[in-house]
Amino acid sequence: MIRHVARRVVYLLPIAVMTSFLVFSMLLLLPGDPTFALLGETATLQERAALRTKLGFDQAIPVQYARWVGHMATGDFGRSLRTQEPVADMLAARVPVTLELTVLAVLLAVVIGVPGGIIASLKRNGWADLFVSFFAMGGMALPYFWAGILLIRLFALKLDWLPPSGFVPLAQDPVANLKLMILPSVTVGISLVALVMRQTRTSMLEVLSQDYIRTARAKGVSRTRLLVRHALQNALIPVVTVIGLQMGTLVSGAVVTETIFSLPGLGRMVVEGIFTRDLAPVQAAILVIVIGVILVNLLTDLSYAALDRRIKL
Amino acid sequence: MSQSLAPALAIRETRSESRFVTAARRLLHHRAGMCGLTVILVIVICAAFAPWLAPYDPAEIDYDAMIAPPSWLHPLGTDEIGRDILSRVIFGARVSLQIVFVAIVLSLLVGGAIGLASGYVGGRTDNVLMRLMDGLLAFPLLVLALGVIAVLGPDLINAIIALAVVNVPGFARLVRGQVLSVRERDFVQAARATGAGHLRIMVVHVWPSVAGNVIVYASLRASAVLITESSLAFLGLGATPPTPTWGQMLATAMEYWSAWWMSIFPGLAIFFAALAFNFFGDGLRDALDVRIGE
Repeated sequence: MIRHVARRVVYLLPIAVMTSFLVFSMLLLLPGDPTFALLGETATLQERAALRTKLGFDQAIPVQYARWVGHMATGDFGRSLRTQEPVADMLAARVPVTLELTVLAVLLAVVIGVPGGIIASLKRNGWADLFVSFFAMGGMALPYFWAGILLIRLFALKLDWLPPSGFVPLAQDPVANLKLMILPSVTVGISLVALVMRQTRTSMLEVLSQDYIRTARAKGVSRTRLLVRHALQNALIPVVTVIGLQMGTLVSGAVVTETIFSLPGLGRMVVEGIFTRDLAPVQAAILVIVIGVILVNLLTDLSYAALDRRIKL
Repeated sequence: MSQSLAPALAIRETRSESRFVTAARRLLHHRAGMCGLTVILVIVICAAFAPWLAPYDPAEIDYDAMIAPPSWLHPLGTDEIGRDILSRVIFGARVSLQIVFVAIVLSLLVGGAIGLASGYVGGRTDNVLMRLMDGLLAFPLLVLALGVIAVLGPDLINAIIALAVVNVPGFARLVRGQVLSVRERDFVQAARATGAGHLRIMVVHVWPSVAGNVIVYASLRASAVLITESSLAFLGLGATPPTPTWGQMLATAMEYWSAWWMSIFPGLAIFFAALAFNFFGDGLRDALDVRIGE
């Protein structure tokens, strides 16, 4: 097991280095003097020179990069140009929001998508199966922001069941927080639900047609046990893959959704930073997002081991 | 020599043509693919003939008909300053299609060149380029696009550049893989033996056998590019306000909740366009018998 984990980490390490280098290089690619982006127009020449030495712009690029990584690793993300707030504090406030949003979306996909897919697979071409096919097709072409708008229209404005937007931290008031997070997480999760449903259906159909299922049935295994213990466990492996692969799309959806529902998450931080030409928070938020996605990929790989007994570690 | 070559050339001609015909026939029988193609054609016609099809000027302000619900005068209603939504949706098709097309062609050219060079040259070049592509691929699509815009600044040209950059690694990886499988084939070796230069081999001999897959991939990417484009427009990072875009119309609609028509119709346009691109891409993939994508 440890060897397997180590191998995956070694495989993902160059990608993590490359992505962080790309985020770092945003500063190098910036047209003009980067100290303008970091300190604004009003800074004095001395301040600019001091920052240039601090960031080591006079040094070779690999050296600069190493220093930058060092700063990031010790939690020094710089300060916001606009508010002078340390970017680390902004991250601390915003990471939980985006994390909650994506976790709830994945939860939704598993809780609705997997049973939906199983039901569809049990009666091929039945009405449930047709519904799943249509839902899967539509769910993938549905733009997040439109889904969000439609959900607000229906559940917040017409039916008045849920609040249309706003945010309360989970720790402060869990009930109010969840109420506010339901519509956003459905918005982010809806296309994942569709994909998971379709994948569960496909892989259940495939697994159910295999010999060992027939053997188990011949042995007199009960229907529930057959489905859950024998079929589902193997059918879930590709489903986990799909969820892992969709992490990037999910985060993209979260970025837009945070804007619709005015949630103070990482996506909002990036977009606000772009509008105020405030690069430090944008860089930090993008870095955190990418590293997060890479870590989820690692977790996905490792979870195969737990699901698939055939993968010997 | 020339005598013996002529029949061979003729055979090649008929074979390649019949392959095209087979693909076209298969596409014609692909129901979802044809549905997609029909919708795409409708959108293309809307885009091409927008000034003639649209009942109003998309920027024409009418203070007497602000936030008017759908009626005979304005079939899809009007927006907050009395502009006709139908006309704006039709002109929006023009903007979106242009952006999607330019972005995909750009990423195809750049990604294709990187993939060709990487696969054909191999070695260190390949290694460096592919690590760079892996790094770009690790970013979520929209987040990478936002990163590019953060560096270049928010405007339409930069949004197009961002959409192109985001799709470069996909094309590069695809083309590289194809090139690797073609590189050692007999006809490439033969070209090399006749003394063809590297550039000629890449462009004349390798590229055509890769092109089919690239076209399928491009059409499969179209819906994702469209959705990313409208996401950027929705966030206010696409074309600037007087230009009508579907995404930006939806952003405005969020300030006028009572006007359902403002949020329904532009959304429907994006939804059906994305769906159509998906269906057509699938159809094309089946017709050309290519196994890529999901």
